Amino acid sequence: MYLFMLPGLCYFLVFVYLPMAGNIIAWKKYSPFIGIRKSPWVGWDNFERLFTDDRFLNALKNTLQIELLQLVFAFWAPLMLALLLNSLISERVKRTIQSIVYLPYFLSWVIVVALWTQVFGGAGVLNKALNDHGWGTFNIMSNPDWFLPVMVLQSVWKEVGWGSIIFLAALTKIDVQLYEAAAMDGANGRRRLFDVTLPGIRSVIILLLILRMGSMFSTGFEQYFLQRQSYGADRAEVIDTLVYYLGFQNGDWSFAAAVGLVRGVVAALLIFGANWLAKRFGEEGLL
Amino acid sequence: MAISINEGDAPGAVAAIAESQAERPRKRRNEDRPIWMEEPGPLMRIGKFLIFTFIVIVMLFPIVYVVSMSFSSAEDAMRGGLVLWPKNPTLDAYRAILRGGVVTRALQISFLLTLFGTAAQMFFTTTMAYGLSRTSVIGSRAVLYIVLGAMIFSPGMIPSYLLVKNLGMINTYYALIIPGLISAWNLIIVRNFFMNLPQELLDAARTDGANDLQIFTQIVLPLSKAVLAVIALFYGVVIWNSWFNALLYLNDSTKWPVQLVLRQYVLQGTALTSADMLQPGQSPPPAQTIKMAIVVIATVPILCVYPFLQRYFTKGVLTGSIKG
Repeated sequence: MYLFMLPGLCYFLVFVYLPMAGNIIAWKKYSPFIGIRKSPWVGWDNFERLFTDDRFLNALKNTLQIELLQLVFAFWAPLMLALLLNSLISERVKRTIQSIVYLPYFLSWVIVVALWTQVFGGAGVLNKALNDHGWGTFNIMSNPDWFLPVMVLQSVWKEVGWGSIIFLAALTKIDVQLYEAAAMDGANGRRRLFDVTLPGIRSVIILLLILRMGSMFSTGFEQYFLQRQSYGADRAEVIDTLVYYLGFQNGDWSFAAAVGLVRGVVAALLIFGANWLAKRFGEEGLL
Repeated sequence: MAISINEGDAPGAVAAIAESQAERPRKRRNEDRPIWMEEPGPLMRIGKFLIFTFIVIVMLFPIVYVVSMSFSSAEDAMRGGLVLWPKNPTLDAYRAILRGGVVTRALQISFLLTLFGTAAQMFFTTTMAYGLSRTSVIGSRAVLYIVLGAMIFSPGMIPSYLLVKNLGMINTYYALIIPGLISAWNLIIVRNFFMNLPQELLDAARTDGANDLQIFTQIVLPLSKAVLAVIALFYGVVIWNSWFNALLYLNDSTKWPVQLVLRQYVLQGTALTSADMLQPGQSPPPAQTIKMAIVVIATVPILCVYPFLQRYFTKGVLTGSIKG
């Protein structure tokens, strides 16, 4: 029996927990030529730098802005879609629409960005059409002012269908008798939505909100990384992309590791915090 | 058909109306409407129709556009405009990239990576899930916490890279497969599924003298085919779609998988030269249609497995077991 667990356990210990220990370089001045062990200790220097480093503060600001927007808009879109789909009577229509809206989730970010560039980019359909009518160009795929809305819309486009699955599954679990009883008592469509449907899926909403909060700093990396160049680092640099550029472009390994470590710890704290909050609300929580 | 309607008898009246409408074939779907639900007004109907039409168009338009561009002839592509159906369909772009150049090689690499990667992932995931599903085994609880811990803390990009580098895996395909062997999520889903298998069956096999390995390969795995198929497809889609690890670990661009090549040529605008397409001397099809053809080619495998994926996940195979 232990033999079954052994390969997997080795994987987790070596490729998840060993690198966690590798974060030790955040307290060193790591140089690839002398190796981790011989690199000199620098105490908390790299962490103190966090408070004064302009690039980090900028990335932090961008990350918070974008994650907040994603939470406000992208999180609720799947719920809306699920409610809409749920209101469809015809199973066939519902199936067809579902297969269409789930599809973008399975496309890679490279493809999604390529598709969006073809539609909205400088040489895309939209701008060709605008140009043909002499209305000039309007490139939202590289204008820093459009970075936030475009990122949110992209994630909605890619993930709204997938996200709606869990809500849909929860909606089917609501007892139909509740609706019948509510309708008998004279509750109209809107009252049934607010008094039966939404309370019925409350725990799922809270559970997903926890998960979303927990992954606050780890989602969207590929999306932002791919488009960082076209929007410029001022606007599009987030913490994860900063870690990459600090490490792989500037060779500032230790500081990059410190940034990554702080991000990881904050993300974990967010999960615990959200979980604690859910329990305070009388929900089961996740942990 | 005479119907007397009392006020306050609304559900019954609605049912009666629904029944009378059922005679007309166009309204047949109303039979499925629950008795207590009101008929939506015309405004509501039109509104809903418009919303769904909008959603479908928004989701499909970019895909349809790119596909039709990839089949367009040079002149049509240059002219631009709203192409939803190629006027003079041609396979030039596909011929150019599939002749054996950079893209062809990248496709082969991606296929092999996906194949071997998924196989390795399935081996590691199922064996560990089976071990974890036997809660009576001492220590399985501790291992479970190790897995959950991995879901909460991520080690970070820099230390992971340094580890892979120190293990000497840079520029090898091991670097793309081994660091992502097990997804903790998938592991938990498979484990939960194993735990819900009828335990009497396993006990019966054990009394008949079957050992753990036999139970695993001859009872547990065959009973879980459906779930394992979905998990394998998910793993496969992730490998096929991944490019960032290749960017990190493969310095040699001739080893790149298709998504990274796609990024290089389509997003970063590196021009695909005739040499890249193994057709020196000829004038290649326009860059635009070639780019679109690469996008389509990289998407096709996903589209091929998509029906299978969808068949299972809508059944709730995954959503049912979302809670660890």
